[in-house]
Amino acid sequence: MPVAIEVDSLSKKYRLGEYQAAYGTLRETLVHAARRVTRKERHSPAREIWALNDISFSVPEGQVLGIIGRNGAGKSTLLKILTRIATPTAGRAAIRGRVGSLLEVGTGFSGELTGRENVYLNGAILGMKRREIEQRFDDIVEFSGVEKFIDTPVKRYSSGMYVRLAFAVAAHFEPEIMLVDEVLSVGDAEFQRRCLGRMEELGNTGRTVLFVSHALPAVAQLCDRAIWINGGRVVGDGSPADVIANYLHQTHSSGTERVWPEESAPGNDLAKILAIRVPSHENMPPGVMDVRRPIAIEVVFRVLREGKPVFPKLKVLDREGATAFNAIDTDERWLRPTPPGDYVSTAWIPGNLLNEGSAIVEAAICSLDFPKLQHHAAVYEAVSFEVLDPGEGDTARGQFGGQWRGVVRPLLEWTVERA
Amino acid sequence: MRRTETALEEERTTPYVVDAATAISPSPGPRDVADLEVAARVTVIRPASRVPRLDVGELWHYRELLWTLVWRDVSVRYKQTFLGVAWAILVPAFTALVYVIVFGKFANFPAGSTPYPSLVVAGVLPMQYFASALTLSSMSLLSNLPLVTKVYFPRTLLPLAGVSVPLVDFVIGFPVLLALIWKYDTWPSGWETATAPLFILLAVVTVLGLGLLLAAINVRYRDVRYMIPVFLQVLPLLSGVMFAVDQIPEKWQWILALNPMTAVIAGWRWAMLDANPPDPAQLAVGVGVALVLFVSGLAVFRSSEPRFADTI
Repeated sequence: MPVAIEVDSLSKKYRLGEYQAAYGTLRETLVHAARRVTRKERHSPAREIWALNDISFSVPEGQVLGIIGRNGAGKSTLLKILTRIATPTAGRAAIRGRVGSLLEVGTGFSGELTGRENVYLNGAILGMKRREIEQRFDDIVEFSGVEKFIDTPVKRYSSGMYVRLAFAVAAHFEPEIMLVDEVLSVGDAEFQRRCLGRMEELGNTGRTVLFVSHALPAVAQLCDRAIWINGGRVVGDGSPADVIANYLHQTHSSGTERVWPEESAPGNDLAKILAIRVPSHENMPPGVMDVRRPIAIEVVFRVLREGKPVFPKLKVLDREGATAFNAIDTDERWLRPTPPGDYVSTAWIPGNLLNEGSAIVEAAICSLDFPKLQHHAAVYEAVSFEVLDPGEGDTARGQFGGQWRGVVRPLLEWTVERA
Repeated sequence: MRRTETALEEERTTPYVVDAATAISPSPGPRDVADLEVAARVTVIRPASRVPRLDVGELWHYRELLWTLVWRDVSVRYKQTFLGVAWAILVPAFTALVYVIVFGKFANFPAGSTPYPSLVVAGVLPMQYFASALTLSSMSLLSNLPLVTKVYFPRTLLPLAGVSVPLVDFVIGFPVLLALIWKYDTWPSGWETATAPLFILLAVVTVLGLGLLLAAINVRYRDVRYMIPVFLQVLPLLSGVMFAVDQIPEKWQWILALNPMTAVIAGWRWAMLDANPPDPAQLAVGVGVALVLFVSGLAVFRSSEPRFADTI
């Protein structure tokens, strides 16, 4: 099988100082430079980050490769280098054929130009030859469904029409290699679904696809192979099922309690998470919860200084990494700036809510910096527990004993009338 | 077992995707020759080399994109204006009118043998080109931010498009000069008219060098945006737009000669208006400075290019 992508000891270093200077004024930089000369400030090596550290792998033509890993593991940096937006610090990569990415959807669209003009513009930016665009123009317009408005400036389009036209162009660009970054893909659910659909279809027609995602179920379903990147290195490579299992296994503390010593507690100068625990149910083995009974999740955290109102937030995932739900502690005390001190916040997940199987808990201490939720301390896949149905017939599955699918399985109230 | 079920469910809930599959790629049948050509193309990604160089081959490969970018900017330039492309004539015409009244009538700037209005218009046209080209090219990376952060192409194309677009304005404004030549009946007679495009080329090289330099600096320091208007206000005085350079004290002529636009304007007047030829030594200085600007601008641009996406 010919090789489509060959990555050989690729590394990328970011200087943190560079980021800071990026938006600085000339004056600030001159002051910095002067300080450096007078030795008051040195360039310390601690300010360098290796976003990618000696990564090597190769992708045969036609493979759909999933790349998984935590935020900041280096996945997006890798894609940026492969699309040649960023340059590596060391190593090399060879790519056979044209590269496209769904990041580019609508890139370079100009509001003043008509739909027709934008198709040509966008096509050229994606790397299509004029002749190719001409050949596909009618298909693109038909696919987008904006025939009537094709000679109207796109600034008069609704956002839906705009996205459809942009997507139509991208969908008719057929690169040999497609890079998809699910994390960065924008747009509504419908649009994301189209991206996934497009990816699946490219995979089916023998194109090489690199799929970066947090959605482990999607990776398991769509990919032939998965690579797990952690700290800028490849730490797992193999069949998606194996790699995902390893990833989940390694990143879970696989316990119902996790306590951090003060000096290594996750968090910033405002708040730190000290412990998370899931107290066991009576008469049940530790870590196994009765599906019918409420489950408590305790988050112990420390507020280090008075600043803004902070509050705990929980995220519960199923064993495949799909989010079951998010929840914020809505206690009124979190509306005012939080005084320094230690807090224990307990969340109660109602009985008869989560389905059987493993559940993974993530916790964060957040503040609301409108419109964003700022995370001051966060732990991923911190604790996990198993939900069990004792099978006494009083749950949503009734007397049935077989496989019961779903992230949640609420016990519904049923009313019945004789018609 | 479970995965199969999920897949089936997906298919049921996303009929759209199934449609798309049949609509887009009817069959992976024989592709045309061009496609095979690109399929065989291997891109090698390496760390940026220490010595910046101009990859002409790559620029040539992307020529269609350059053309498209120029075409986009030209077609957007006068959109939603009432007078439209007439502005390409009105702007230099009004500027020249103000100069003629202020500097010709009141200040009595030296014009030599040339009719003053012709002299001014012949200076204003290249200067107007220079001003637009410098502004567009130095802002080109920032104004195309989504392209720079999302798609790869040689970034040199952006300043290159920036200096190409105002050439259209220049061509459209050119009849203003022709009208004056006709009015004063000063048709150029000799072979020197043939050198006119060379002087415009000199202006292009100068502004491209400066534009590349400032575009690269602009990625990090937005100060450039404020510097340019000030610079452009002073520049006409330092380029002899409203006077003939050979009419001022020689000491000053040599200072102005360091500015390549002085050579451009003097040469252009010589070529179009039969004015005195530019002093060869002064011309050589101007050309030399233009080449130094071009090479250093290109070097700075190319060496900071790998970091554009990280810092912009």
